[in-house]
Amino acid sequence: MSRQSRHVQEYGTTAIIWMAATMVVIPFLWLIGDLLWNGWTHLSWSFVFSAPQNAGREGGIGPILMSTMLIVGVCMGVAVPMGLGTALFLSEYTRHDHVLGRLIRGSLDVLAGVPSIVFGLFGNALFCQALGLGFSILSGGLTLACMVLPILIRTAEESFRAISREQRLSAAALGLSQPTTIRTILLPAAMPGLLVGGTLGLGRAFAETAALIFTSGYVDRMPESLMDSGRSLAVHIYDLAMNVAGGNPNAFATALVLVGLLLIINLFSSWIATRWTSLNQLPA
Amino acid sequence: MDLTQPTPRITPDSDERRGFRAWLPYQSTDPCCEPVAHIRAENLSIAYEGHQALRNVNLEINRGCITALVGPSGCGKTSFLMSLNRLTDLIQRCQVTGKLHMNELDVLAQTTDLLHLRRAVGMIFQKPTVFPFSIRKNLELPLREHGTHDRMRLNSGIENVLKQVGLWHEVKDRLDRPAQGLSGGQQQRLCLARALVLSPDVLMLDEPCSALDPISSGIVEDLIVSLRGHYTVLIVTHNLAQARRIADHIAFFWSFEGVGNLVEYGTAQTIFETPAHELTAAYISGARG
Repeated sequence: MSRQSRHVQEYGTTAIIWMAATMVVIPFLWLIGDLLWNGWTHLSWSFVFSAPQNAGREGGIGPILMSTMLIVGVCMGVAVPMGLGTALFLSEYTRHDHVLGRLIRGSLDVLAGVPSIVFGLFGNALFCQALGLGFSILSGGLTLACMVLPILIRTAEESFRAISREQRLSAAALGLSQPTTIRTILLPAAMPGLLVGGTLGLGRAFAETAALIFTSGYVDRMPESLMDSGRSLAVHIYDLAMNVAGGNPNAFATALVLVGLLLIINLFSSWIATRWTSLNQLPA
Repeated sequence: MDLTQPTPRITPDSDERRGFRAWLPYQSTDPCCEPVAHIRAENLSIAYEGHQALRNVNLEINRGCITALVGPSGCGKTSFLMSLNRLTDLIQRCQVTGKLHMNELDVLAQTTDLLHLRRAVGMIFQKPTVFPFSIRKNLELPLREHGTHDRMRLNSGIENVLKQVGLWHEVKDRLDRPAQGLSGGQQQRLCLARALVLSPDVLMLDEPCSALDPISSGIVEDLIVSLRGHYTVLIVTHNLAQARRIADHIAFFWSFEGVGNLVEYGTAQTIFETPAHELTAAYISGARG
């Protein structure tokens, strides 16, 4: 190969890789820019905290923000303990090739691929009707918990498995019991990975629309209990954009709030994860 | 001699405890430390998923001695160590058969309290395995787990072991800093301190110096020598010069067709100067292994 064609090949490869990477960033920046352009002027503290009026064309998103927080709170409150427990069971209490472990992993993979609208129908049938919870924040939160469990369990299991065998062996060699080992060594060591999984799950829960339409409902009043129906931010955006003529400005502003929340959660968890790692590994 | 055959056994002519010793391979007759058996293995075999890793080991380790386990990789030395504190239980489909006694305790019995056994048998691994928190917490954790909660006793225990491993002056001002910030040699000494803080009877070291630089390695080695007489020390090492410098007894392992065997066991002097088995002689001289 001549020197020149080698040069062309090298520069060509570099250019293609740069282009690919840039094209990934462009849609993201476009989206944020579009949201800011259309939503920023409608955004204010009173928008964030006041109640919607005129089907959401006017007023704010206070009750909707509250409902979202409650739904996500129920979801994570149920999913995190269950997910951690299952992940610990899979990584610490069963062999990797155990039948039950394989069954759980297989079903999680299937669950992770189920479309959210199917989760919505399932949640409606199980929580709203069979268990009699009706259209409520509780039904919505529980449905979301089913949805984020696969993400939580798989990331948590991977974080536990990434801990070196020597750490477990040396803990056992010191006569530490299994619960102590989990509490004092495995959980802290897996924490950065757990936070990443938690953030992914949280993000999915915050952004979910389809599964909530059938479970937590449409009501945009301030919820008084977990048994009240409540509208989430994503459902509100969907409703304003699709069903309410003239709802677009507020839809953009709401979307801006939602994306802002997700960004804050992401930044916060990666800050904790780095801080956690550096706390334990910074040269003394 | 056919090297593929399992270890030949020689019966010492006159020995009061002939019943047990009859099974020992090339047992030397002049113990250097307390001639009191601390650990006795009879026909100890270890298999992983049906594959034998170690076959019919018969060995009597004296209290307070430093016993080095030498031999090429994959001949079952680490497996032998891990059977002594039953870490083999944590390995999937690992089967340990035969008899293993530590003093009067039947190590392999189902009823043996593993947490107590492991408290009595400290273990250090090849790579330093400090836990991802502070130096103080690394040492406090095993103490608290085994029932010491009194602040004064915790502090004095920590200070004592850190002095014992020569780490006190290096870390006394940063006990609450992350242990992973220490150098490799310091980490390994901290691991040693963490094992010693439980006042074990037996200390097992699995190639403790192989991941360290020569200077740290020398410090850890001196430390191991200083343990002689206080603890029964078993050390796996690939460094024959090190084994010669520090060990009272040597157990030489060799793998026959993938199965580890104890070939020869005796005082370091015997093994290095007048080995009885030609494989040992070849390994010591560097001709094999």
